[in-house]
Amino acid sequence: MSVVGQVFGNPELYASTLAMATPLALPALGGTFSERTGVVNIAMEGNMLVGAFFGVMIAAATHSSWLGLLAGALAGGILSLSLAWAAIRLQADQVVVGMAVNLFAAGITAFLFNTIYGPNGTPPNTPFLPTVTIPGLYQIPFIGPILGQQNVLVYIMLLLVVVSHYVLFHTTLGLRMRAVGEHPEASDTVGINVARLRYLGVFLGGLLAGLGGVFLSIGLLNSFDVGMTDGRGYIALAAMIFGKWTPLGSLGAALLFGFATALSFALQGIGISSNLVAMLPYALTIIALTGLIGRSRPPAADGIPYAPTK
Amino acid sequence: MTQRLRGVLMPLYAVVTGLILGAVIMAVARYNPWSAYVALFSGAFGNLSAIGTTITYAVPLVLTGLGIALAFRAGLFNIGAEGQYWMGAIVAVWIGYHFAAWPWYIHIPVAALAAMLAGALWGGVIPGLTKAFVGAHEVITTMMLSYIAIFFGHYLLEQGPMMAPGFIPQSPAVTASATIPYAPWLPTLTGGFWITLVVIALTHILLFHTTLGYKLRAVGANAAAARYGGMNVAWFTVLSLGLSGALAGLAGALQMLGVEGQLSDTFSSGYGYTAIVVALLARNNPIGILFSGIFFAALSAGSQSMQIDSGVSPYMTDVITGIIVFFVAADRLYTYVRVRRARPTGAVGEVRA
Repeated sequence: MSVVGQVFGNPELYASTLAMATPLALPALGGTFSERTGVVNIAMEGNMLVGAFFGVMIAAATHSSWLGLLAGALAGGILSLSLAWAAIRLQADQVVVGMAVNLFAAGITAFLFNTIYGPNGTPPNTPFLPTVTIPGLYQIPFIGPILGQQNVLVYIMLLLVVVSHYVLFHTTLGLRMRAVGEHPEASDTVGINVARLRYLGVFLGGLLAGLGGVFLSIGLLNSFDVGMTDGRGYIALAAMIFGKWTPLGSLGAALLFGFATALSFALQGIGISSNLVAMLPYALTIIALTGLIGRSRPPAADGIPYAPTK
Repeated sequence: MTQRLRGVLMPLYAVVTGLILGAVIMAVARYNPWSAYVALFSGAFGNLSAIGTTITYAVPLVLTGLGIALAFRAGLFNIGAEGQYWMGAIVAVWIGYHFAAWPWYIHIPVAALAAMLAGALWGGVIPGLTKAFVGAHEVITTMMLSYIAIFFGHYLLEQGPMMAPGFIPQSPAVTASATIPYAPWLPTLTGGFWITLVVIALTHILLFHTTLGYKLRAVGANAAAARYGGMNVAWFTVLSLGLSGALAGLAGALQMLGVEGQLSDTFSSGYGYTAIVVALLARNNPIGILFSGIFFAALSAGSQSMQIDSGVSPYMTDVITGIIVFFVAADRLYTYVRVRRARPTGAVGEVRA
């Protein structure tokens, strides 16, 4: 078999794509909720980091990875409320506040990590989220090893994408959330509470990004490391834009970017620089924004504080 | 409260809030905040040599911050200065080790100018054109291009064309003719500082004493009105982002030629991100940027001695920085507390992703 065939014919590549896409798809989904309601959210990186840290911390302390998962997601959600408060109540510049949240999260997780665990790192016996094998599906050749055996959070992610799509596009709540992000004045006029829906959007964004961090710390591994999100929050931002601010699009983009990551690992084995492959998500996003492959447009009121005129 | 007084007081409120909340966090973690801050301060300013180091740290922050402030003044948010800084560093180092026969008075200016051009292309031309002609938001394009530049730098060094012989991912060292010397009377103070002072003056003059600067600020204050008044907004978008990138590129060049001497794989500065904070805290005022640059340089220069003397993790300074940025952006809080009603204020840069 040729070298190319060895790389692309190996189901391992696609299984790894799905795993690599998960910590991108979850925050991208979160960003979608936030920006659909009109709050620009570049704080996914920070929300992921606190999710990753508190996920490990609570999992190690309670010996339960599920409590870790809950704690990590909640940590992301709670941190994101600071963004929501500054953006909605104080009408602050959302990009700057997002950056502040990222700086704070990077600092506080590293500070707590050093202070609580010291040089030894998080406890080695921290429980991690289980890998699930789906009987029947797993036995199918080629497809089986890709879809039939993954970390439980991969399946949760896929479920959340479907649920999010349904909520955003097929329920009254979703319609209202989108309305608030497109035309807050009109929404306010018909009695929709703009601020409340924006708080909800940002909070859901934080929960989902936190969950993405949990996947990194107790899904793939069972430890935390300083700065372990490694810019994934920003790639997730790219995935959200590339996916045109929709859950299914975000998943598609996350899969594409996850594939780029998985491929860069595989290509390293045959001497192709992983750094060059790693540029792909960013380059594709710029191309998407310039409209060469279908223009990607943000919600009309994305990033604009809403000040009711009374 | 006058505008000028407000411009000084608001950042001070934010800094004080950051230091107080930082102290609270340290106290909760059972450290002594007072002795931590004393160690931080003496690490940054305790003696002449420490002051030199702090100012040397400040040079790339100030230069990059000036560029970001220029863009902010024109209503644009250059969030990808980190990548433009990398591009400048890559080009400056390449010229710095490639042309050993050049005399210093040609070698250094050519390397610095080429780095500025590289930064300008990366930060200005591509995001500027895509913004002006297809409306792609510069926050996203500069951010994405920044990552591409960083990966490009790693590619060049890790078994790539700029890797020096051996196993360590680093470039060859720049020649003596391309090296900017330290001050002879203070060996920790980079010669790049003098260039920085000149650039601060030039930026101030450009912004406030030239027609170009006036127009640039007019576009920033109200792009629609400027367009209605017959100004070519697209050109000013490209120009101000280009200047912004050029200054980040210059920062990369001075860091390479004056401080590090070679590009290495561990070179992960984060200057481009901190510089945004520097510009914001100074409210995009070129002279203010000198002081806010030195302030943030002092935080990182002093963080090591804070760890040695009082055991506090040096990451504490990132926590404080994050809190300061938060309250700089959320400055309405202070107005709100003062007058009990929110008033509309100008945002730092109208941002729509």
